[in-house]
Amino acid sequence: MTPPDESQSAPDASPQVLVATELCKSYGEVVAVDHVSFSVGRGEIVGLLGPNGAGKTTTINMILGVLEPDSGSVQIEGVDLAAHRSRALERTNFAAVYAPLPGNLTVFQNLRIFGLIYGVENLAGRIAASLEQFDLVRFRDVRCGALSSGEQTRVSLAKAMLNSPRLLLLDEPTASLDPAAARDVRASVREFATRGERGVLWTSHNMYETEAVCDRVLFLSRGKILLEGQPKTLLRQHGMATLEDLFIAVAREPLTLEGHRQ
Amino acid sequence: MMRWRRTAAIALRYFYLLRGSPARIVPLFAWVGIDIVLWGFISRYLNTMANRGFNFVPALLGAVLLWDFLIRIMQGVTMAFFEDVWSRNFLNIFATPLYIVEYLGGLVLSSIATSTVGLLVMLLLATTFFGLSFAAYGLVLVQFLFALFLFGIALGVFASAVVLRLGPAAEWFIWPIPALLSPFAGVFYPLSTLPEWMQGISRLLPPAYVFEGVRSIVSGRAASGAALTWGATLAALYLVLACWFFARTYRHAVRTGLIARYSAESLS
Repeated sequence: MTPPDESQSAPDASPQVLVATELCKSYGEVVAVDHVSFSVGRGEIVGLLGPNGAGKTTTINMILGVLEPDSGSVQIEGVDLAAHRSRALERTNFAAVYAPLPGNLTVFQNLRIFGLIYGVENLAGRIAASLEQFDLVRFRDVRCGALSSGEQTRVSLAKAMLNSPRLLLLDEPTASLDPAAARDVRASVREFATRGERGVLWTSHNMYETEAVCDRVLFLSRGKILLEGQPKTLLRQHGMATLEDLFIAVAREPLTLEGHRQ
Repeated sequence: MMRWRRTAAIALRYFYLLRGSPARIVPLFAWVGIDIVLWGFISRYLNTMANRGFNFVPALLGAVLLWDFLIRIMQGVTMAFFEDVWSRNFLNIFATPLYIVEYLGGLVLSSIATSTVGLLVMLLLATTFFGLSFAAYGLVLVQFLFALFLFGIALGVFASAVVLRLGPAAEWFIWPIPALLSPFAGVFYPLSTLPEWMQGISRLLPPAYVFEGVRSIVSGRAASGAALTWGATLAALYLVLACWFFARTYRHAVRTGLIARYSAESLS
């Protein structure tokens, strides 16, 4: 329980911000994630796609350190999550529709608390910039529970980017947003990924959005990665017109697509 | 390395919640205030009935004040923890770099702040209206408060771990804990009043040493320094065990996926 001395575990200059290796997780007899390996490079947005129950959220939870894999490892910028959890998670942040920030605190209070926990430098300035970026200035002192679902999503995104994480995990970040707000968020995430040494893992059920945002996609089904590659290349390889067609094929006939990782 | 800024963030969260919520502020002093008033009058009445020379105020009212202090400390920890339960905040909190020791430190800081309010209100009422004088206890009062503080924190951390393990509905196991312990703690009567088997349990409880000490002082004898030191040592041991139990429960919750899906209450 006492924090270990992590001063000896300097991160390497890994070309990948995330390396997940042979992740496995079962709940009793149910195999949720089955030997999943993938990486996210710097400046890259990787889409983690798949039907409901495919294992996307389980995978994200393992990367966030809130779910321990049965086997396998997660490295964030070369820092092993199991061995140096706190140090690895300092470089990470996330937003998910199923994890809204406490509704009984205001937008500012939530951002301040999480900013302190993540050790954000010049916190007041970062909060002000985040409020501006996500059009939340007028909601600064409004309790999050009083906001619309779209506004709450924007607050979650502001929290997720507050510490300028090297690895940003976004689980259906635009699910409750109107088209205009969703477009702004996509632009923000794209700008976030290309600005520095950062990578983004993104899940979405909106295939048009995925095609527009992601540099690379992973199709997950029944806990396994069936397909991996650039959206356009995958469409060409499988003779599909759209990513949605490919998604439906993966969801309905996963066995015919097994072993097609690039 | 433990970072105090993270611990302070957890305490700050509770401060924000208190600041904007009369429903959270009033219970900090209302119930303990009522207890002091009630037992103040009972003590005053007993003084009129009993032999002249014995003062029930330090014996009964002082004991109630110390017992309520213990309860406030425990509830200070559990209430701060429950805020994360009620707002379904585990995923956000535990996906951060926060260490468990930093999180627990934040709960303890929150408890110190809230129980201090309760203690001050109790002291004000007990001294102003019922003439309770802490000079009667002397410096040993610090030892009383220290042992009760440690044990209250231990109970709060243990109770939080139980709720983490069993789910939100288990909070109803937590509220009666002080009531279950009070017969063994000998708040109002000497431990010799209890049957042997109950005394055996009492000897394992730090408050029992405190309240025996209170009665010794009220009877004109000195409180046993060795007994109080043993009580505080026991309390410190329980605190270590409670923190270990919380950390173990947390690891179980991470292994089973309960942290991520806490509302399901059990996934194993």
